[in-house]
Amino acid sequence: MSQSGGDIIEVKDLVKTFGSFTAVGGLSFSVKRGEIFSFLGPNGAGKTTTIKMLTTLLRPDSGSIRIAGLDTAREPLEVRRKFGIVFQDASLDDELTAWENMFFHAVLYAVPAAERAPRIEEMLRFVGLWDRRKDLVKHFSGGMKRRLEIARCLSHQPDLIFLDEPTSGLDPQNRSRLWEHLRRLNSELGTTIFLTTHSMEEAEKVSGRILVIDGGKIAAEGTPDEIKRRTETRTLEEAFLALTGRDLRDDVPGAVEDMRKARLIWRGKSR
Amino acid sequence: MNSSSMGAVWGLWLRQIKRYLRSRSRLIGSLGQPVLFLVALGFGFGPVFQKAGGGNYIQFLTPGIVLMGVLFTAIFSGIEIIWDRQFGFLKETLVAPAPRIFIMLGRTLGGATIAIIQGFLVLAVSFAAGFRLESWTRLPAAALFMGLTAVAFTALGTAIASVLEDMQGFQLIMNFLVMPIFFFSGSIFPLISLPRFLTDVAAANPLTYGVDGLRLALEGGSYAAMGRDAAVLTAVAAVLVVAGGNLFSRIQA
Ligand SMILES: Nc1ncnc2c1ncn2[C@@H]1O[C@H](COP(=O)(O)OP(=O)(O)OP(=O)(O)O)[C@@H](O)[C@H]1O
Ligand SMILES: [Mg+2]
Repeated sequence: MSQSGGDIIEVKDLVKTFGSFTAVGGLSFSVKRGEIFSFLGPNGAGKTTTIKMLTTLLRPDSGSIRIAGLDTAREPLEVRRKFGIVFQDASLDDELTAWENMFFHAVLYAVPAAERAPRIEEMLRFVGLWDRRKDLVKHFSGGMKRRLEIARCLSHQPDLIFLDEPTSGLDPQNRSRLWEHLRRLNSELGTTIFLTTHSMEEAEKVSGRILVIDGGKIAAEGTPDEIKRRTETRTLEEAFLALTGRDLRDDVPGAVEDMRKARLIWRGKSR
Repeated sequence: MNSSSMGAVWGLWLRQIKRYLRSRSRLIGSLGQPVLFLVALGFGFGPVFQKAGGGNYIQFLTPGIVLMGVLFTAIFSGIEIIWDRQFGFLKETLVAPAPRIFIMLGRTLGGATIAIIQGFLVLAVSFAAGFRLESWTRLPAAALFMGLTAVAFTALGTAIASVLEDMQGFQLIMNFLVMPIFFFSGSIFPLISLPRFLTDVAAANPLTYGVDGLRLALEGGSYAAMGRDAAVLTAVAAVLVVAGGNLFSRIQA
């Protein structure tokens, strides 16, 4: 692991517009090595757009991003080696088995041939999918797919992982199991975790630093306690309301998913 | 070329092949159209063609229909990127640490391999319809023309899919690009007695050189003539791979 001044992510004045709409309006923040860092914000806040720029999938209009000391615009390939990502929407090949998806990823990331099989086994066991390795992914449940994506993104042993709403679609049991995994990963291997969430509860439980974003801008930054103290509120939820004048939680279960689906259909593509 | 570039080419090639072998319905389905054309046109127009002095129509038609199988499979393989985008898998390859051009190359070679297999399957069916091969030693030359055609059109499909966002434009491409390419290539009728503007269209159509080359290969034509066709096709394939690779590299998620 190469240490570079302690900050594994450094973002300055990041801007992204779509036509006349500003999705990300000048974000600056940094994430320390070994940290669990949460992006908290309502639908459309610009969380996914930011992650896409951090992971070299989308070109920013302006601003700079450094990952592990490397400029994402200048050295995208080097940068891509450094992180693993679980996207908000599935990115598995449904027609392949769990094992094949893992194998394919290992090949793409140039994991040495001799290490592939043991590493894939370790990761599949880690997320409890070893017994299902020969099943086609299209027969998996949503939660199983999510776990497989997590196993996959870890299999090239990145120092940094991006998780875009990792627990959406997971039942409470798998949710807490995932958290246990992530904490272990963070404490044992020192993996930096960057995640986005809608859930206050979750952001609060993870207890690392939080960046509250709304309308593509930073609304607050700090640990949950700091944010609550600053806004003189008792819960993060109240803090959010105080900061943005809006309620964050999508109270109707499934409402977020429905909106997202409607949006996908509307745009006619998956992002 | 470093190991993740090689991994990308090999991995994506392998993925295409695996998916192909796994979906029997697709294998059979994409054979259906060429076989239908072979039977309907071959037996339907055969007598007319013979009477007009064109010789055995099945002999004439087979190279054209074989390349029809290759053309359709190749274009579809390229266009598959749109599905991968819709199902999300595309992102996994876009974020990988291999230069995009190698990702594109792996996909293209995978699609082309499948297209060649389809071509040989159509050829096998045409034997049942009465086609006779000049000599088995001509098969490698035949494979070459199928291969060049396959690479060129998979790359074309990739180029198109890289700029299309969804399947809306697909019908348009089928009707205004793929079908004309197929019809005006000498695949199902000779080009010699066509009006001038259509012979010009045919001359500008890459498939024309594939059909001509494959026909020469299967019917025992001269290697010099085949060489000319192969040269044109190689150049076209190279240009399309570069163009497709470029467009693919520019995709943003
Ligand atoms: N390709 C695009 N073209 C046009 N607008 C876009 C595009 N991608 C994102 N947007 C818009 O940018 C805004 C931010 O979107 P983004 O997906 O980053 O939100 P988010 O915070 O991830 O929301 P969610 O919680 O729903 O996932 C939204 O208003 C969205 O409609
Ligand atoms: Mg999002």
